[in-house]
Amino acid sequence: MILSSTVRRVLVALTGLVLLVMYLPLVVVVINSFNPSRTLTWPPTGVTLEWWRRAWESEGARDAVVSSVEVAVASTVIALVLGTLMSLALQRYRFFGKSSVNLLVILPIALPGIVTGIALNNAFRGILGIQLGILTVIVAHATFCIVTVFNNVQARLRRMGGSFEEASADLGAGVWTTFRLVTFPQLRSALLAGGLLAFALSFDEIIVTTFTAGAGTTTLPIWILNNLFRPNQAPVVNVVAVVLILVSILPIWLAQKLSGDTEALR
Amino acid sequence: MPLTPAGSPSAAITLRGLSKHFGDTRAVDGVDLDIADGEFFSMLGPSGSGKTTVLRLVAGFERATAGTVELAGEDVTTRAAFDRDVTTVFQDYALFPHMSVLDNVAYGLRVRGVGKDARRKQALEALGTVQLAHLKDRRPGQLSGGQRQRVALARSIVVRPKVLLLDEPLGALDLKLREQMQVELKQLQRDLGITFVFVTHDQEEALTLSDRIAVFSDGRIVQLGTPREIYEHPTSEYVASFVGTSNIFDAATSTRLLGRDATHALRPEKISLSGADEVDPGTTDGVVRAPGVVTESIYLGTGHRIHVRLDAGGSLVVLEQSTGGRVAREQRGEKVVASWSLDDLVTLT
Repeated sequence: MILSSTVRRVLVALTGLVLLVMYLPLVVVVINSFNPSRTLTWPPTGVTLEWWRRAWESEGARDAVVSSVEVAVASTVIALVLGTLMSLALQRYRFFGKSSVNLLVILPIALPGIVTGIALNNAFRGILGIQLGILTVIVAHATFCIVTVFNNVQARLRRMGGSFEEASADLGAGVWTTFRLVTFPQLRSALLAGGLLAFALSFDEIIVTTFTAGAGTTTLPIWILNNLFRPNQAPVVNVVAVVLILVSILPIWLAQKLSGDTEALR
Repeated sequence: MPLTPAGSPSAAITLRGLSKHFGDTRAVDGVDLDIADGEFFSMLGPSGSGKTTVLRLVAGFERATAGTVELAGEDVTTRAAFDRDVTTVFQDYALFPHMSVLDNVAYGLRVRGVGKDARRKQALEALGTVQLAHLKDRRPGQLSGGQRQRVALARSIVVRPKVLLLDEPLGALDLKLREQMQVELKQLQRDLGITFVFVTHDQEEALTLSDRIAVFSDGRIVQLGTPREIYEHPTSEYVASFVGTSNIFDAATSTRLLGRDATHALRPEKISLSGADEVDPGTTDGVVRAPGVVTESIYLGTGHRIHVRLDAGGSLVVLEQSTGGRVAREQRGEKVVASWSLDDLVTLT
């Protein structure tokens, strides 16, 4: 399609504006993490690593990072195993209630976090009588992490079709051998992409976490929320936010690059 | 060819009352069939006639709703695909995209626990049979359609199955390559002595390749026989029209034209045309001569296809070969007499 130069200029300006609104605040956060002023006066009068040092030395922040990584890794692993099994079942077999199960698996990602949070909180404490802690957070995160793995694997399986697995069985391979030699190698990049997305989702999740973490467990986003409005902590919060940005964006970028690469290969 | 009794050692495949229903659809509806050892057997029919489902039931990809599948006299109805001594060449070839050509061919040996060197050697041999040994390190994605087809063939025969199932394997190839592959398939089958079960919707392919053909319609076998039997003596209007082209005379036309109250089929190439002034209409010495008018004449390269409207009602398609420099004189509107031998008429039921 050919656009007139006026239209093109307007579109360029609009695109620029939208990107500016989205990314300028992030850039400000990054710059402020090096801003020597305690009250973050703008523009910065110099560059300092003081806040980075303080963040590093802050036990609360470090513990929060460790908790967040633990939660994200564990829920991603659960999501990888369950999500793969579920998509294999739904994509390769016929059974009663199949379409309902399909919907129920995807639903958690559409459900408001606050609802998931309250529901899980009630279930854990009221019905099951489990103490809230890092385990409950992991289970809670896994409920929506499964969806990203499921969607990625499901799409890959659909595109693969069933004939590779049939060909493998036809040549004498049992179910497990077929998965190991034929299905899994072709799912690898989809699993990586889905897993990275799941990791990123879990790493910066706050609403569900608030309801399922209990008093003793603090993930990074919760630590930020707790410290944001404390005097003297604002600069350190900035540093932690920058770390969070990096840890969240990197997997998404990798995931996109991976799924893009496999697209190009086909 | 007589049917071999069930379970006899010379029957490679025995199907008894085989049915497969998908919901309310009867994809396969009570098929009885015996395929002899070493036979080149074709299942012919339009899409949706159940031929591919029968193949998938034999391979073990589908579980039969009713009936039994026997391979070499052994009941395998409930066995999984990996537990049956048959291999399949798939319509889309289903070559593993993440493996080299050699690894694809060696796959069946690998999962059977054949050592690395031995399976490489055998796979290379199989690739040699299909003249592709030089492409062993390529990925399937880097091959042409015809080459993929050969790799799929090599992958299936390397494990020395008793039966090879081929699901429209030539469907994706262009005409020249198809004809070449037909010759090679036939040759390969003769050399290996393996039973081939070939699924196709292409009647010409079935006629060219097969020892016997089963014609499918709506999940049933409507006729079973040698290519000559199927082509020259179709038993139903369906077979007469699906395998090659036929002129069908319904009972009313037959009565007027031949004095027989039954449906008849007549192949276009069995009819010859003469000018209306050259011969007299009527039936003498077992030859029918029916007057009519040419409504269309189409040049085919090897001859002409001429449509004639008969004065007695109904129309005919006539195939005239261009032999000995004779040119079809028949033009549209010209009065002609179509003649054919009574022996060439097939009575349909």
